Amino acid sequence: MKLVIFAGPPTCGKTTVIRQVIKRMEVKKLKTAYIKIDVLYADEDEMINKEFGIPTKKIYSGELCPDHCNVVVLDEAVEWAEREGAEFLFVETAGLCLRCSPYVENSLGIVVLEATSGMNLPRKIGPMLTLADISVITKIDLISQAEREVFRYRVLQAAKDITVVESNALYGIGIDPIVKQIEKVQHIDFPMFLKGNPPVGTCTICVGKKEIGAKNHFGVLRTLDSDLFYVGE
Amino acid sequence: MEIKKITIRGGIGKDGEREKVQEFELKMGDIISIVGPTGCGKTTLINDIELFANYNTPSQRQILINDEPIPDDFSFDPSKHPIALISQHTNFLSDLPVGEFLTIHAAVRGAENAENIIEETLDFANQLTGESINRLTGMTELSGGQTRSLLIADAVIIGNSPIILLDEIENAGIHRTKALELLKKYDKIFVFVTHDARIALLSDFRIIMKQGAMQKVIYTGIEERRAAQELKKIDDVMLEFRRLIRAGEEITEPVFNENIKNLVYNNI
Ligand SMILES: Nc1nc2c(ncn2[C@@H]2O[C@H](COP(=O)(O)OP(=O)(O)OP(=O)(O)O)[C@@H](O)[C@H]2O)c(=O)[nH]1
Ligand SMILES: Nc1ncnc2c1ncn2[C@@H]1O[C@H](COP(=O)(O)OP(=O)(O)OP(=O)(O)O)[C@@H](O)[C@H]1O
Ligand SMILES: [Mg+2]
Ligand SMILES: [Mg+2]
Ligand SMILES: [Zn+2]
Repeated sequence: MKLVIFAGPPTCGKTTVIRQVIKRMEVKKLKTAYIKIDVLYADEDEMINKEFGIPTKKIYSGELCPDHCNVVVLDEAVEWAEREGAEFLFVETAGLCLRCSPYVENSLGIVVLEATSGMNLPRKIGPMLTLADISVITKIDLISQAEREVFRYRVLQAAKDITVVESNALYGIGIDPIVKQIEKVQHIDFPMFLKGNPPVGTCTICVGKKEIGAKNHFGVLRTLDSDLFYVGE
Repeated sequence: MEIKKITIRGGIGKDGEREKVQEFELKMGDIISIVGPTGCGKTTLINDIELFANYNTPSQRQILINDEPIPDDFSFDPSKHPIALISQHTNFLSDLPVGEFLTIHAAVRGAENAENIIEETLDFANQLTGESINRLTGMTELSGGQTRSLLIADAVIIGNSPIILLDEIENAGIHRTKALELLKKYDKIFVFVTHDARIALLSDFRIIMKQGAMQKVIYTGIEERRAAQELKKIDDVMLEFRRLIRAGEEITEPVFNENIKNLVYNNI
């Protein structure tokens, strides 16, 4: 199985890019399966299944951060895609917790960013950008060329070695170079591992402690003016 | 890559029929216009040029540089992109102050003397606007005309691209005769999408479009060049009225008569 993971903030154009890519995969007779991981609501699976007739699925992460949900279910998702006879599995994830990233070793990690999102976005999204292989910048039709150049620079400043692809995804412009990279992806190995290191902090709020203030918590903590420090074993 | 010429090969119009104009060339120093009714595909044509379309856009056009097509997956480092497209946008979305934005753009473009270049860019832009653009102003706060002026100045001076595509510069109330005058000092290929008779007649040739397709190419002959000179008079009068109105003057009978008396035409 070859795995391609598309991450990016809400409404940045992930699905639009994916549909354009699948169109080209069809022409090349490459079999693709698609999974959407979202927190509360998603309908892309039905839409893509209807449009292309390929196997699709959705997973609600609910209480989990979508990236964590990804980690928990991806092995079974790959097995599912294999049973469906697909050669490629595309995962679209909302990737909302900006401390970890959804990318897996040997997969192709694609972060989708919209050009209209402001010049500081590339600095704000951490490993979702820095651990990706390709950054697709969508909605270039909505900004000037000068702004495109500056936005691209900001992306490269945050992630030096990333491949930047600019796209007007509505019209399928800039999609071919993405497909080229997808065709070159290697098979994933089992067991699968996440790329990069997970965040050091274990969140005590996540395990149910509601009291406000550092003194009520343990693990990696901070106060208003201090750096991070550790309390516990 | 040194660009000597660009060839535009026609594709299909909105109805799927082949375009009547099947090929034309742009050489260094050419000024051309693209004209036609709203929605006829003018912007689409210059977008195809900017993207170096290779049968991969809805219009199925192909663009050649020095007689060679650009492969599908070839993508220019945008900072070395030989084409600057000044789009119809009249607002920026970048949340940066003008000065900082220009500084980054100059760095991206590898400018050696960034400070001078930024100064020159602002100076160029401010010759086209009513009220000057300040370095500390947020890009998103600029007016439509200020935005257009800055886009043009940025493309010509910071971008320093050999080919400049301008989508309807006459809109947004900038000083377009001044713009034309300033632009002509630079040796580049200029492609104007325009609804303006004078810009069209000052071009070397113009492409007429309809229904998404290039219909014909008209070279500007001697008669048309003379006509352009005569039309300048109407234009100048209109600009003067505009200036007066903007300045809060009233167009009284003597003011009107004084300005209109210049309108004596010669035969062409
Ligand atoms: N103008 C323009 N609009 C785009 C482009 N790409 C996507 N859009 C529009 O942006 C909106 C959101 O696109 P989606 O593809 O649904 O975004 P998404 O990232 O999948 O969104 P979620 O899955 O809901 O987080 C849609 O209205 C698209 O039509 C583009 O390149 N240009
Ligand atoms: N050759 C073509 N084939 C298919 N669709 C086309 C073609 N040319 C233009 N179109 C479509 O027609 C619509 C209008 O085109 P465009 O925006 O280029 O018009 P325009 O002449 O620039 O209009 P305006 O004067 O209002 O700016 C767009 O949706 C575009 O995609
Ligand atoms: Mg989506
Ligand atoms: Mg247009
Ligand atoms: Zn997380």
